[in-house]
Amino acid sequence: MEKFSVFSSRLVEKAEFFTSGHRACQGCAEALAVRHVLKALGRDTIVAMSTGCMEIISSPLPTTAWKVPWIHVAFENSSAVASGCESGMKAMMRKGKIPKKKINFVGMGGDGATADIGMGQLSGALERGHDMIYVCYDNEAYMNTGIQRSSETPWGASTTTSPAGRKSIGQHTQKKDMPKIAVAHHIPYVATACSSFPFDLMEKVKKASEIEGPAYVHVMSVCPTGWRIPTEEAIKYGRLIVDSCVFPLFEVVNGKYSMTYKPEKILPVAEYIKGQGRFRHLTPQMIEEIQEHTTREYEKILKMCEEG
Amino acid sequence: MAKERKGIEVSLAISEAVCQADVDVVSAYPITPQTHIVEHLSELVADGHLDAEFVPVESEHSAMSVCVGSSAVGARSFTSTSSQGLALMAEIFFITSSLRLPVVMALANRSLSGPLSIWNDHTDTMMVRDAGWIHVFVDNGQEAYDHIFWAFRVAEDKGVRLPVAVNLDGFIMTHMIEPIDFEDTELIKKYLPPHRMEGALHPDNPLSMGCFAMPEMYTETQAARDHALLNSYPVCLKAWDEWAALTGRKYLPIETYRTEDAEYCIVTMGSFGETAMNAIDELRAEGEKVGGIRIRLWRPFPFDDFFRAAAGKKYLIVLDRAISFGGPGGPVALEVRNALYKKTKAPTVVDYVAGLAGRDVAVNDFKKIILEGKAKAEKGKTKGYTLYGLRSS
Repeated sequence: MEKFSVFSSRLVEKAEFFTSGHRACQGCAEALAVRHVLKALGRDTIVAMSTGCMEIISSPLPTTAWKVPWIHVAFENSSAVASGCESGMKAMMRKGKIPKKKINFVGMGGDGATADIGMGQLSGALERGHDMIYVCYDNEAYMNTGIQRSSETPWGASTTTSPAGRKSIGQHTQKKDMPKIAVAHHIPYVATACSSFPFDLMEKVKKASEIEGPAYVHVMSVCPTGWRIPTEEAIKYGRLIVDSCVFPLFEVVNGKYSMTYKPEKILPVAEYIKGQGRFRHLTPQMIEEIQEHTTREYEKILKMCEEG
Repeated sequence: MAKERKGIEVSLAISEAVCQADVDVVSAYPITPQTHIVEHLSELVADGHLDAEFVPVESEHSAMSVCVGSSAVGARSFTSTSSQGLALMAEIFFITSSLRLPVVMALANRSLSGPLSIWNDHTDTMMVRDAGWIHVFVDNGQEAYDHIFWAFRVAEDKGVRLPVAVNLDGFIMTHMIEPIDFEDTELIKKYLPPHRMEGALHPDNPLSMGCFAMPEMYTETQAARDHALLNSYPVCLKAWDEWAALTGRKYLPIETYRTEDAEYCIVTMGSFGETAMNAIDELRAEGEKVGGIRIRLWRPFPFDDFFRAAAGKKYLIVLDRAISFGGPGGPVALEVRNALYKKTKAPTVVDYVAGLAGRDVAVNDFKKIILEGKAKAEKGKTKGYTLYGLRSS
């Protein structure tokens, strides 16, 4: 099962490791992303999860939606906890205390847990070189607590702590570039993915698990509640954000950039922005500014891919 | 390592004990005065004496997080910290006990900022008194060495499964060179069998750890946590008894010195205990009927042992090394007063605070505190607390 996209969906793992019955909002693309990530990783996986939407919806005592071993500790430390699981298992297997086995150690967090409060811990874990994968589910705000801005909230988006008003456009800074920050740690694998492109997502996660050393996968996870879109349009908006190049899909293997998906026809950013409640206050001129920024950033990535 | 007595810095003796305990993971961040413990552990790993993963994290918050992760998969895990480091890891310190993970930590007690001070008092550990950990205070290097094994033994007991903090006074103990009896590693193996944790995270037996609780579940989880801590008491005793049977060194949750015919006692915790004994000897020679009570086990608090030690005494002069700001006094005195409340013929409690952030408390100071405290008790002046040696402007 090297390339899902080349072969067929029938090759995808049939077992569910993130089960139905969890309490996610309808249309939650993050829950879908978790499901796909786990299908790619398989049952020999241990997940450390940050506090956030996914922890709350999947683990209310005495129930759980996880069919793989799962641990939640706090908001900022899933990277450190996963690195602890990896270190513990590594030592015990080396010392013959438990049988040797290939296990995927995975840290998972939302954009707030990753890019804000857990930034230092993630940096530490990546720098230490643990054989683990960190998956960031980016829905561009602190959705669990009521749609407050994070450092992954894009310019112009209105949230409850970056509200658009007479004197404000909403979020007034650009999104923090987490994949590039991860690349700066000289780790072997970094990728962006989106749950609207499931085969691409699964391939990247699979690759991340096969490469030795730390891997970072940044997954765009559309949030209908926070983006103020109809629940049935989460997948559509995932495709729009990628096809408008606002969130390009690429991977970085040992520092070498390559595009994994190039839209046949690049859509105008306005296509992606229209219909989203968080952007409804934007003027055509502001949308034009977003378009310029998007084009500039996309070209930078393309150039990095050409340079290899 | 074979059985031998050698002069060694207490921090290094602790690292040697951790090595003999055959831990799987050590994760730590340097902070004075804990540093020598983890420095020596990293040397032991680097030289191949200890087969463990040494995880040099970027903060104490991660040190405890790594230990939570490694302990959750069933690995024997150790860390060490102090002061601001403990404050930074406090969040996870609470979660370690809620997840019932048998992590052992050497806690080199030090004051908290501000003003910044690197020296010893008990302010840091008092901050996490109510975190659900087992807390033991050691009084000298030998006790520090011995209690590393005791801590793992108690923490990993199936009926306990709780983290243990071995508190030792920063610098006063961590940086002292003392003669210490090292035990044979074979004896340690007998006392501390390999760690096998039921319900560890493993793909062969998937389970969820650290779930979220609605209000109708949370209270029950806290009750279970408290019961676990209270129920660890007999295991603590048994672990001390077995250590005594193997080594001849006997420890108790509350220890007493010349208390049998004492009319009043000084109550201490940590390294104050040994200096107090000298003061007691000198005062005894002067005709004072004074004794000493040392609290070794701080959590779970050994109420009955304490009542036995304090029975029939007229006064207890409690010497604290921390202040509960805006409250009635030092934390140990608070605890002692509360324990004695409604006891018939309860001794009068006089509360002194001394030795904050490394200020020296010598034998003469103890004598002054004891005599002053006695005079206060006799006059009924027991309100609030006295900050010993406070300079006026």
